[in-house]
Amino acid sequence: MVDVVFQPSTVARAGSVRKRASLRTAMKRKSTAAFLMTLPLILLIAILVIYPAFYSLHLATLNKSMQRFVGFGNFEFLFRRETFWLVVKQSCIFAITAVVFKALIGFIVAHFVHNIPVKGQRKWRGMLLVPWVIPPAMSTLAWLWLFDPSYSAFNYTLSFFGVGPISWTGDPDWARFSVILVNIWYGAPFFMIMYLASLKSVPDQLYEAAAIDGANWWQRIWYVTLPMMRNIIAITTLFSLIVTFANFDIVRILTSGGPLDHTHIFATWAFRVGIEGSDIPLGASVSLFMFPILAVAAIFILRDITKRGNEA
Amino acid sequence: MTGTMVIDKAAPTRKVKYGSISRDRTWALRWSYFFLTLFVIFSLVPPLYMLITSLKSSAEISAATNPWWVFHPTLSNYIELLTSNQFLTFFRNSALVSIFVVTITMLISVPAAFALARMRFWGSATLATGVFLTYLIPDTLLFLPLFKMFAAFGDLTGIQLINRWYVLLIVYPTLTVPFCTWIMIGYFASIPKELDEAAIIDGASWFQTLTRIFIPVALPGLIAATIFAFTVSWAQFLYPLVFTTSTDQLVLPVGIITSLIKGDVFNWGQIMTGALLGAAPPLIIYAFLMDYYIAGLTAGATKG
Amino acid sequence: MADVTLRKVVKRYDDVEAVRGIDLDIADHEFVVLVGPSGCGKSTTLRMIAGLEDITDGDIMIGGDVVNDVPPKDRDIAMVFQNYALYPHMTVAENMSFGLRLKRYPKAEIKTRIDEAARMLDIVELVDRKPKQLSGGQRQRVAMGRAIVRNPKVFLFDEPLSNLDAKLRVQMRIEIKKVHQKVRTTTVYVTHDQVEAMTLADRVVVMNHGRIEQIGTPNDLYHSPATRFVAGFIGSPAMNFLPCRLEDVAGKLHIRLSDRISFQLPPRRAARYQNVGRTEKLLVGLRPEHIAEAKSHPEPGIEAFDAVLDVTEPMGMETLIYFTLEGAQLCGRVNPNAGARDGGPLRLAVDLNNMHLLNEGTGAVI
Repeated sequence: MVDVVFQPSTVARAGSVRKRASLRTAMKRKSTAAFLMTLPLILLIAILVIYPAFYSLHLATLNKSMQRFVGFGNFEFLFRRETFWLVVKQSCIFAITAVVFKALIGFIVAHFVHNIPVKGQRKWRGMLLVPWVIPPAMSTLAWLWLFDPSYSAFNYTLSFFGVGPISWTGDPDWARFSVILVNIWYGAPFFMIMYLASLKSVPDQLYEAAAIDGANWWQRIWYVTLPMMRNIIAITTLFSLIVTFANFDIVRILTSGGPLDHTHIFATWAFRVGIEGSDIPLGASVSLFMFPILAVAAIFILRDITKRGNEA
Repeated sequence: MTGTMVIDKAAPTRKVKYGSISRDRTWALRWSYFFLTLFVIFSLVPPLYMLITSLKSSAEISAATNPWWVFHPTLSNYIELLTSNQFLTFFRNSALVSIFVVTITMLISVPAAFALARMRFWGSATLATGVFLTYLIPDTLLFLPLFKMFAAFGDLTGIQLINRWYVLLIVYPTLTVPFCTWIMIGYFASIPKELDEAAIIDGASWFQTLTRIFIPVALPGLIAATIFAFTVSWAQFLYPLVFTTSTDQLVLPVGIITSLIKGDVFNWGQIMTGALLGAAPPLIIYAFLMDYYIAGLTAGATKG
Repeated sequence: MADVTLRKVVKRYDDVEAVRGIDLDIADHEFVVLVGPSGCGKSTTLRMIAGLEDITDGDIMIGGDVVNDVPPKDRDIAMVFQNYALYPHMTVAENMSFGLRLKRYPKAEIKTRIDEAARMLDIVELVDRKPKQLSGGQRQRVAMGRAIVRNPKVFLFDEPLSNLDAKLRVQMRIEIKKVHQKVRTTTVYVTHDQVEAMTLADRVVVMNHGRIEQIGTPNDLYHSPATRFVAGFIGSPAMNFLPCRLEDVAGKLHIRLSDRISFQLPPRRAARYQNVGRTEKLLVGLRPEHIAEAKSHPEPGIEAFDAVLDVTEPMGMETLIYFTLEGAQLCGRVNPNAGARDGGPLRLAVDLNNMHLLNEGTGAVI
C-alpha cells in the first residue's frame, strides 16, 4: 500500500474556551458565505423592485411638475375622469375573460395531447407551444397585419362566406375582442404545457378504478382529474391573472388603447399619461391601482393553495 | 328478439351490442387528432402569415391579391433589412443586452439558489418564498418610478442612464432572476444530501461543492434557466420603450415597431420580415432545445 | 497513530438526547462495529466522529488530538455511505480521485493509488464508467475505493450493505474483511445487522437508546452477554428467555421453569448463583443451540424433558423447532433426522452448562 508522508497535526489539545470560540467562527463562516451568496439577489430585489414600488406611492402624491405635495389630489382627479373608470372596467374584463378562456382552452388541448400515443405527443406539443415562444411584440405585429383595415387576410377569407369586412381594430367592441383574442392565442399554450405536465402525473390506476366503477368521461374529469390538479390550476391561474392584468405589449401595438380609449388597460394608460403626457405622478397613480386588485387576488388564491396543502 | 337466451358456449358468438372498447378508442383518437389539427392551425397561422408576407414585394402587397399565397416570391425584404445598418444595430443591441443579462442573471441566481437550497441560515426559508412573490409587482407598475429614479441618478452623478442600452442590463434582471433562482432551487434541492456530505469529507469547500458537484449535476436546470432568461430578455418591449429613444440605442422589438412604421406608410413586407427575424433566435433555440425549454417552465410547477 | 477516543460524548437535538454520554477507546488498526436497533444513536455517533454533526458535549479525539471543532476535511477520515453517494456526473476514476484532486496531489500519484485500490477491489475494468452503469455491488466497491485512495487515519462505514440483496451482502462482507486485512486502517462500522457485527468486528459495541450496553469481542458478547438486551440482540435465532426461580432441593440448587419442570444446576452454575435470592424474579436465557433433542447418553448438566412442537423449520443442516412452555414460545435446534414434526412430540434436552441467569427487573446477567 502506498505510504503517505505523514505530517503531525498541529492542532493542540484544546481547552473548552478555545472550543467555544472556534465553534462560533465556524458557524459564522457558513452563514457569512451563505449570506454573501444571496446578497446580490437581495440587493437587486430591494433596490429595483421594492424601493421603486414604495417610491411610486410617494410619486403618486406629487403634482405634475413634482414640486408640490398634493396628497390624494391625483387620485381625486382620476376618480372624476370617466376614462379612468373605463380603464378599470376594461382591465378587469380583459384579464378575467382572457384568463378563463386561456385556462379552458389550455385544459382541453392538454387532454387531447394526452390522449394520443406518447410518441407523437412531442411534435404536436412542439407546434402548439410556438405562440408562446415568439416574442409577443413580434407576433402582435402579425396580428396587426391580419387585422389591417384595408388588407386584412381574415376579411378576405370571410368575404367568400358573404360576411362583410369587420373593423377588427376600428370598432370598439371588435377591438376589445381582438385584443382578448390575441392574448388568448399567446397565453393558452402556457396553460396547455403546465396542465399537460400535471395530467401526466395523475396515476393511471385512478382512472382505471373510476372506469370500473362506471364513470363516463365527464365524470372522470370532474372526480379524478380536476381534484388532482387543483394546485396547478390555482398557481397557473394566479400567475396568469397577474401577467394578463399587467399586460402592455399587445394592447399597445394592436390598438394603442383606441379606438377612443376603449381598449386601454392600466399599463397602456399609465404609459400614455405618464410618459407620453409627461405627468409621472398621475401615471404612477394609475399603475398603483393595479396593486390592490392583484394583492387581493393573490391572497385568495394563495390561501386556497395552503389550505389545500394542509389537507393533502 | 323473442324467447329466452341460452348461453351456448359452443355456438358462434354474436357481435356485442353495447360499446366496444377498441371502437371507442379509435373514435376518441380521431376526434383528438381533428381538434389538435384545428388548434395547430390556429397556433401557426400568424407566424406562417409572417413568412408569406415577408416574401412579397410591396407591389404585390398593395395589389391586394390573395393574401394567403405568394405569387412572385422575393427575398428583397430580407436583403434590405439584413444590409440595413439600422436593423443590424437593433439586432446587435438585442444580442448584447440578452447575452449580458443572461450572464448577470446566472451569476446572481445560481449562488443564491445554492445558498437557499442547501445552507440553512436565518431567514432562508422566507427569502426563498419571498423571491417568487416579487412577480406580484409587475414591470408595468415599476417602469414609472424607475424612470424617475434613473433620471435623478443621471442628474446627480452625471452618468447618463436614460436612453442608453446598457440601462437595460440593470432592469432586465429583475424579470429574470427571481424565476431562474426558483428553478435552480428546485434542481439543487433534488440532489441527495449524501452527495454534499461525501464532498465535505473529500475535502471540498462550499464553493468547490457548488462548482464541481452541484452545477454539473444540475446542468439541465441550468440550461433551462439560461434559455428562459434569454427568451425573456429578447422579447422585452416595455422597458426598452421607456428607457431608450434614440435609434441607435434601440433593441429589436422596439426598433422594428418605431422605425419601420413611419407615419401613415406601413411597409408591411419589411415589417413582417423584421418581425420574423426578430422572432428567429428564440424560435431557433426552441427548435433545438425544446425539452429544456419546457422543463424550465414545468420545473416551477412540479417541483415548487 | 490513528486511535479514536470518545469521552462522555453527548448529542442533543432540542430536548431529545440521541446520544447520552458515550465512552469508547478504539485502538489503532482496530475494526470496531457499532450495532444496535434503529434510533439507538449509532449513526449519530459515527457522524460526530466524521464531523458531519456537532458535538453537544464531550470530546472526540483522533490520533490523540481533540477534533471537536475540526472540519471533516481536516480530520483525515474517509466515509462510505449507505447509498454510496457517488458523484453521478463523474467516472469511477474521477469519483475515486476527487478528494485527492482537491488537495492537488500529483497526477502520477493519483493514478498509482487508483490502480492499487481498483485492483484490490476488483473494479479495474470499471474505472471509466459512470455510476449509473454499475450494479449496486459495484457501486459500493467504488465507494470503498474512494475511501481507500485517501489513505486516511480512520475509515467510517455507515450501514454500507443495507441496500444490497442478501447474497451480495455476504460477498461484500468478505470483501470488506479482506480489505481491512490488507490495509489495516482503523475502522468504525455502523450496522443494525448483528451478523455483520459478529463476522467483521474485532470488537463490537452494542448500543441502545443512546447508551452503550456492552463492548467486547464477538465471542465475549455471544457467550457472556452482560445485559438482557445484548443477550437477546446478539445471535440468530435470538436467545430464549423464560421466567424461573431458584430453589433448594435436597441441598442442591435447582432451577424451576414450570410446575412440572425443575432441573438441578450443574456445579459451576450452582456455585455462581449460590447467593441469589430464592424469591427473586429471574429469567433464564438459553440459546436455541442449547435446546436440542435428547440423546441416549445424557451428559452432566444436560437435562431432558418432553415437549409438543408447534412448528418446525427444516433448514437443511438442522431443523429449527418452536414449542411453547408456560406460555412462552421457545426455539431450539435439532438434528434434521431427530424426528421433529409439526405438532408432534419430541423429547428435548437443555444444556444448563451454557445457561444465563438474568435479573428480570434490572436486566443484568448474573
